[in-house]
Amino acid sequence: MTGDTRPRTRVSLTVNGRAVEAMVEDRFSLGDFLRRDLALTGTHLGCEHGVCGACTVLVDGEAVRGCLMLAVQADGRHVTTIEGLADADGNLSPLQQAFMDHHGLQCGFCTPGILMTLTAYINESPDADEEALRDALSGNICRCTGYDTIVQAALSVLKPKGGV
Amino acid sequence: MLAALENARPLAGGQSLMPMMNLRYATPDHLVDLSRLAELSYIEASSPRICIGAMTRQRDLMADVDLMAACPIIAAALRHVGHIQTRNRGTIGGSLCHLDPAAELPGMMALLDATLTAKGKDGERTMAMADFPLGYMTPNLEPHEFLTAVEFDAPPKNHGWAFDEVAERTGDFAQAGCGVLITFNAEKKIDQAKLVLIGVDEDGPRRLGAVETMLTGKAPGDALFREAGAMAAAEPMAEDALVTQAYRQQIAGVLVRRCLTQAAGRAGGAA
Repeated sequence: MTGDTRPRTRVSLTVNGRAVEAMVEDRFSLGDFLRRDLALTGTHLGCEHGVCGACTVLVDGEAVRGCLMLAVQADGRHVTTIEGLADADGNLSPLQQAFMDHHGLQCGFCTPGILMTLTAYINESPDADEEALRDALSGNICRCTGYDTIVQAALSVLKPKGGV
Repeated sequence: MLAALENARPLAGGQSLMPMMNLRYATPDHLVDLSRLAELSYIEASSPRICIGAMTRQRDLMADVDLMAACPIIAAALRHVGHIQTRNRGTIGGSLCHLDPAAELPGMMALLDATLTAKGKDGERTMAMADFPLGYMTPNLEPHEFLTAVEFDAPPKNHGWAFDEVAERTGDFAQAGCGVLITFNAEKKIDQAKLVLIGVDEDGPRRLGAVETMLTGKAPGDALFREAGAMAAAEPMAEDALVTQAYRQQIAGVLVRRCLTQAAGRAGGAA
């Protein structure tokens, strides 16, 4: 790193429950930091201006755009990424499993962002109906599925005795 | 800091400035992050004068029970502001200072005749929302100033309200949007009507003063609200690559009629 004079700031945060200390470039978005410094490449950067939703991660449990928040702003926060959804043994979260069962993804580029958005939303609104789910999904763009299988997957998790 | 640094910008929720930086539309040399200033994040909506800190997040505005009870149109408009992920970070002050012509919150502050407070190196000053937009996406703020609060009178308890907009997709910029507040007198005539359009004027939200005057004292009804819509549709409006002036005028006129009808139906003592 000799000759690298780009400004950096020390941050300490937790990522997927793990304490992280790093000197991060001031200009880095949270998404850049996760992918390039922490090698958590499950978070995808798509449009990088807050429209596509692929970079959605949880900060203190709330869904946010990883491309619109600076990494230095995550100092002291708890960040959860797609890598943090499965448990330590690799068992998928119920929502992830539902996406597999319902074919809720094709190319998979948008999937991490959609899973993070829905994970937060279902935590906050476990009684949501399909219309509310679709509204919650309006900030995530999927160009493969046409959304129906995504909505079915999410609905199956919402319903206590769903068809999974 | 804002005064001392060259080409510095305050960073509120970052849901407009960050995209502009990512696209290289905005290239500030320094960002001053306001997000840890807890004293700028509050909602006081239990008294007749509603006060909101500039760094209050849009998410928190939607969830506030007192604000919902006193002034439900704000939450209704916020449902059209971006998406869950951006409302979790986006703030009322940031939206006001960004001043996108199609933005809902500047429209609401114009509708509610809000007073804005700004702070800078020379102290605090207040201004009416009507005096805040100076031109296209240009708020009435010096480079060393930032917004600290907005306040406005809660609408009368029995007021009717409506907000609606037309956008290409949910959460997209409004091609046109309309907000209405209405109250009736004991004779079931319109005591006061307030109307605002967003997305039709490059310089910011546009109050429809002539329509408001025309409606005052009249009995509500479909013919009257159609006339109001026609008056609104006759106003000159912005034109862009996607939306012609004629189309924008048409949807604005329809929105005015629909919102008046809906607001009148919600008002206490309405016909």
